[in-house]
Amino acid sequence: MATPRTSPEISGMGHSMKRKEDPRFIRGRGNYVDDIQLPGMLHMDIVRSPFAHAKIKSINTERALKVPGVLAVIDGATLAKFNLHWMPTLMSDTQMVLPTEKVMYQAQEVAAVIATDRYAAADGVEAVEVDYEPLPVVIDPFKALLPGAPVLRTDKKDKKDNRIFHWEVGDKAGTDRAFAEADVVVKQDMYIPRIHVASIETCGCIADFDRVNGKLTVYMTTQAPHAIRTVFALVAGHVGLSEEKIRIVSPDIGGGFGGKVPVYPGYVIATAASVVIGKPVKWIEDRMENLQADSFARDYHIHAELAARKDGTMTALRIKTLADHGYADAAANPSKFPAGLFGIATGSYDLKHAFVEVDGVYTNKPPGGVAYRCSFRVTEAVHCIERITDVLAQELKMDPAALRMKNFIPAEKFPYKSALGWEYDSGNYPVALRKAMDIIGYEALRKEQAEKRARGEFMGIGISSFTEIVGAGPSKHFDILGLKMFDSCEIRVHPTGKAIARFGTKSQGQGHETTYAQIVAEELGIPAAHVQVEEGDTDTAPYGLGTYASRSTPVAGAAGAMAARKIREKAKKIAAHLLECSPDDLVREPGKFTVKGAPQRFKTIQEIAFAAYTNHPQGMEAGLEAVSYYDPPNLTYPFGSYICVVDIDRGTGEVKIRRFVAVDDCGNIINPMIVDGQIHGGLTMGMAPALMEEIQYDESGNISGGSFMDYLVPTSMETPAWETDKTVTPSPHHPLGAKGVGESATVGAPPAIANAVVDALAHLGVRHVEIPITPEKVWRILKEKGAAE
Amino acid sequence: MTNHKIDVTVNGARQSAEVPARLLLVHFLRENLRLTGTHIGCDTTHCGACTVLLDGQPVKSCTVLAVQAQGREVTTVEGLEKDAKLHPVQEGFWQKHGLQCGYCTPGMLMTGCALLARNKDPSEVEIREAISGNLCRCTGYVNIVKAIQYAAEKLRAQ
Repeated sequence: MATPRTSPEISGMGHSMKRKEDPRFIRGRGNYVDDIQLPGMLHMDIVRSPFAHAKIKSINTERALKVPGVLAVIDGATLAKFNLHWMPTLMSDTQMVLPTEKVMYQAQEVAAVIATDRYAAADGVEAVEVDYEPLPVVIDPFKALLPGAPVLRTDKKDKKDNRIFHWEVGDKAGTDRAFAEADVVVKQDMYIPRIHVASIETCGCIADFDRVNGKLTVYMTTQAPHAIRTVFALVAGHVGLSEEKIRIVSPDIGGGFGGKVPVYPGYVIATAASVVIGKPVKWIEDRMENLQADSFARDYHIHAELAARKDGTMTALRIKTLADHGYADAAANPSKFPAGLFGIATGSYDLKHAFVEVDGVYTNKPPGGVAYRCSFRVTEAVHCIERITDVLAQELKMDPAALRMKNFIPAEKFPYKSALGWEYDSGNYPVALRKAMDIIGYEALRKEQAEKRARGEFMGIGISSFTEIVGAGPSKHFDILGLKMFDSCEIRVHPTGKAIARFGTKSQGQGHETTYAQIVAEELGIPAAHVQVEEGDTDTAPYGLGTYASRSTPVAGAAGAMAARKIREKAKKIAAHLLECSPDDLVREPGKFTVKGAPQRFKTIQEIAFAAYTNHPQGMEAGLEAVSYYDPPNLTYPFGSYICVVDIDRGTGEVKIRRFVAVDDCGNIINPMIVDGQIHGGLTMGMAPALMEEIQYDESGNISGGSFMDYLVPTSMETPAWETDKTVTPSPHHPLGAKGVGESATVGAPPAIANAVVDALAHLGVRHVEIPITPEKVWRILKEKGAAE
Repeated sequence: MTNHKIDVTVNGARQSAEVPARLLLVHFLRENLRLTGTHIGCDTTHCGACTVLLDGQPVKSCTVLAVQAQGREVTTVEGLEKDAKLHPVQEGFWQKHGLQCGYCTPGMLMTGCALLARNKDPSEVEIREAISGNLCRCTGYVNIVKAIQYAAEKLRAQ
């Protein structure tokens, strides 16, 4: 959509409307969970394990209970009385709320202290005495599967090893045959490290149980309030919490990125405490707790193989992956996809054969496997295919851009059925890559690189032409704990022509209050400024599965359009009634219905809204409202081509991103300014794991990377001035032709950077560098190759 | 634990309180004065979400004790708007899409104000250096730089 259909006053799709949420944020008037203070509110703090695996011999709370202000200490035994010491994960595994026998990772919750203020609660935590007996730890996921490895989940009676699942997809026999017949086969091991979303707001909640009416309200940092309500009802039904008495409120959220999808033990303990004590209980984790105990992302050990003909035609892809899930499978994937959407691994290429295997394994690390601004393991898949493509280019001595062009799925083949079973909705990959090459001046850069190489300077150019898969998802295949992954919107148009629109999702910075208002404006012609968008309160918003995996625009945005269209149908009938004509004689223009051939005869949406309450046709219900629960027919497949230029310092090994051009295609765009902002942020969160971020453990299971001292999040100094552009290939099945966009850049950027670094070092015989590509790693390579200064 | 009497001027208004010695300035602002615009994002002076101005200098209020503010002037994000008119830095963040989730924003705004108070025409590198102690996970900093440039221009024109 080149030019917006609506005027700036209406601000439908295509307008860079300034965000409606900003006036409160720039005044310090946001309302985040920790900003909420309720009368009589108590504070909770958590005692955590110093050991990665240990038996709990005793917990002595005597000293803690003497600390002024401390009211109670809750441990596993307390919760066991109510059978609340274990809870299900989103993957139908189980995890401890508080342990009764042993701890399974360093920083695991051991007990909780309830006190009158947060300082007293922290004092209480210091005074709780826990006696541990250390147990043998399992940290290396490969060793976890060896015979004789300690079996970690002794709580599961029939569990005899540490394997969580084996999952495979694709045609094994056909793939093996293609490999046997291939001219060239390249193989590469690659590790996608464990990282953490580290949203600037940590997680927390206030649980407020009203003993008089039996109602529980939980203000919570959650991306999926409705699903959480249902989970709470299912987990705590046996102690009398019934779903109609549970209200989850997700107020302003300071970044989510997937880390605020799971139910963390802290939420459950605070809720139990409030129910027992009858007062509001606030729990806000600190940064170290956030990094050390909340769900991690990634941690995929990948072995990839790519088969090709001599001319560079890719023929088959084979991947075997070990997925370290920590001590419980607490990933946030759709139920039928234990490895998420890793099956997008054939990427942008017309591969006839592919076979993928993933094994999930337990270790003594925090549970998880959530996204890091990514749609369920897509980043892992994209890194794998984009990296191995460059390995093939190197093997064949082909230009990586030319190799990609040769293998792209041709535009005319869409909708395209991939070898791993997905139906890509739309795409035009060569155009995006060519555009990125033109913007960055690809051919000139290759010349410059050759000259620099001759002078002994290290410069690299890296490409990533990724395909994403977002907008989960069609109910046939997609559910979380059985809840189908539709999403919803309810619109009410008021008599004066203003509207309120409520959605089942929850913005964490994506700008839904603006974007959704623009969708309603596009479809109804009510100015976006007059559309109040609300989300996050389960008592008022329609049921939905929440915001993650770039699903808001593809699913809830579509629901918004569909609800608006229902209203439009009724509005047209009212207009016909007012104009005394047949609805068939009316044409819709932005904000009004006009009689065909008589442009002076029209009714505005505001006039129609007023009539809906004051002069509605006999036989028609009054009012102007609609609800839509949108079940998407397919996922959407945004794509893009990124090119990164790096310079490497021979003295320090530092990688400097000189330029980074991102050409994205997310179909039709609702708010170009917001899309650009999403891409900037996504690129930065793509650079982060490529160059900086990793959470590591030593052999005893001690975490490194457990605070901002040593978990390096990009600052303004490392982050380059991103250059963005776009192509527009609308989604054929989305009512607005839109696709998701919030995560494309996080997914697409890491291989572009890694490919650029390898490209800079390729002439030294370097074929692969593991991310994060730290100065130390690069310096060691330079040193080893005799190229360090 | 003994309390200490402090007199602090916050956003132009004199505030007196009895506070424990260990009370952090950020908690004094957020919980005692209910100025919740100043946020907490870490506890180790890394993220800058809690940045406020102490006698005009940006400080991370999670590592300043409330008693250290005795007799001094504190400005928080709530003190930026004057006579219902946004500060140019606030305006810049809105116009240039310099914020997404809004959590780091108050700290960024305060750091931006402090920079522009001492440097009316900062280069891009100077802006990036100034905000390098304020982490943002959403924006990639590109539009934050533009927002501060917008404010600089606007302030110079005044």
